Amino acid sequence: MRAQAAGTVCELFAEDPRVAVVLAEISVDRFAPAFRHDPSRAVNVGIMEQAMVGVAAGLAMEGFHPVVHTIAPFVAERALEQLKLDFGNQELGGLVIAVGGSYDYGTEGTTHHSPGDVQALLTIPGAEVLVPGAAGEVDQLIRATYHDGRLSYLRTQVEGNRRTRHVELGRLSVERRGSGPTVLAVGPMLDRTLEAVEGSDATVLYVTTVSPFDAEGLLAAMTGDEVVVVEPMFEGTLAALVTGALTGRTAGVRSIGVPRRVIREYGTAAELDAAVGLDTAAIRARLFGE
Amino acid sequence: MEEGMATDTLDRDEVVRLAARATGDEKHDASSYSTLDALLVLYGRVLSVDPTDPRWEGRDRFILSKGHGPAAYYAVLCHHGFFPESWLAGFMRQGGRLGGHPDRLLVPGVEASTGSLGHGLPLAGGVALGLRAKRSRSRVVVLTGDAELNEGSNWEAIMLAPHLGLGNLTLLVIDNGSSSMRLRPVERLLNAFGWDAETVDGRDHEALERSLSRRVDAPTATVALIGETES
Repeated sequence: MRAQAAGTVCELFAEDPRVAVVLAEISVDRFAPAFRHDPSRAVNVGIMEQAMVGVAAGLAMEGFHPVVHTIAPFVAERALEQLKLDFGNQELGGLVIAVGGSYDYGTEGTTHHSPGDVQALLTIPGAEVLVPGAAGEVDQLIRATYHDGRLSYLRTQVEGNRRTRHVELGRLSVERRGSGPTVLAVGPMLDRTLEAVEGSDATVLYVTTVSPFDAEGLLAAMTGDEVVVVEPMFEGTLAALVTGALTGRTAGVRSIGVPRRVIREYGTAAELDAAVGLDTAAIRARLFGE
Repeated sequence: MEEGMATDTLDRDEVVRLAARATGDEKHDASSYSTLDALLVLYGRVLSVDPTDPRWEGRDRFILSKGHGPAAYYAVLCHHGFFPESWLAGFMRQGGRLGGHPDRLLVPGVEASTGSLGHGLPLAGGVALGLRAKRSRSRVVVLTGDAELNEGSNWEAIMLAPHLGLGNLTLLVIDNGSSSMRLRPVERLLNAFGWDAETVDGRDHEALERSLSRRVDAPTATVALIGETES
């Protein structure tokens, strides 16, 4: 997904003279085509994430469509106030592409984990929060948001789904129609969620835009009297959005996600998925109590 | 020259009157407003702006990073015709547009919304980059306080601006000695990072104009020394 993000941004950079790229040392090599094409609007600020975001917002003030990019916690948490004030409060548009969602850098330890990034971004009114599940969806969502005048946070992970879906900004889609509980699979959790519900009567909905949340889509497609969110970040991140959407409906809401504890063990993302209960077997057990 | 200075004095008296109208505190005199003289010089002699078209592309940009105590700023904008004097009565009141920190979406002529310290300089760096990418001749001036320079985000931008060769960026530090730690001389710190910085008497309009009008290849800084004031 990271390679796709850089590739799409470099294409847009070449096509649209208003696209600007602001990096903080991370992935500079992947954005090399942009730096070669027009160094006046592609800049590597060094290891300074607050300035990366502030400078990008300044470029937005001058009419550019800035793209910033680094490892998730260093932009979503360290530079959260810059995202909130420089972009959010000033109503400026910019695209943040974060890599390493939750614990992709699992061998590096807790400093590089970011299970709280999406929840942090949800505190900024008007921000678009995107969690694509495959490289092709990264491309679709970047093209849908980079010039829409809003702050957009796009979170990528290493472990995605095998197949790219056609995804629409602000819309969830129906992946599996059943008559039982409704399972909301967020981004990279889709494949394993579909595997986990095999043999059940669950409905599976696929979410790549967390905000704005598709409340109408959920109400129109939901079945049963329980909504279970399977999310690749802190458990409960989407819960408030789901309960807010359930007007006129009574349903239980449960969350299966990253537990709210410091994950002190080291490992690959797949190893940590198993350790925290987010591999297929664990999701199945948590869904159906097996 | 003498005529200019006489106009300056009239402007200054008028702006003090407008600022007092905003705060409702008639006892305030010019020395209460740490930013007053620098703002008078910027808007009267240095910046190219058009109150009838606040978003004019060819304008110079000014960012008040030290967003608190904005009465003098509002008074200067009002005096230059960015908004009517009647707005001043609503300063920091419900229904008014002039808050305790300026909002660019509410006040014509306000380039950036500020209040939390340490945001203006990185923003100004991006504005300077954007202007350069557009091959614009406009410049950006950002005003901070000396205590505001405690915020680390400023030092990110202070490192960055000379590296990017932002000759269209000017930092104006209003130094009223309010920093709890000793930063003076600020000028020396900035020069060490590659800025073209100098210190002037913050009440001396001629010196402020001369310093703020400099354009060199590097980013420039003017440290305006003034006595201790209320804001």
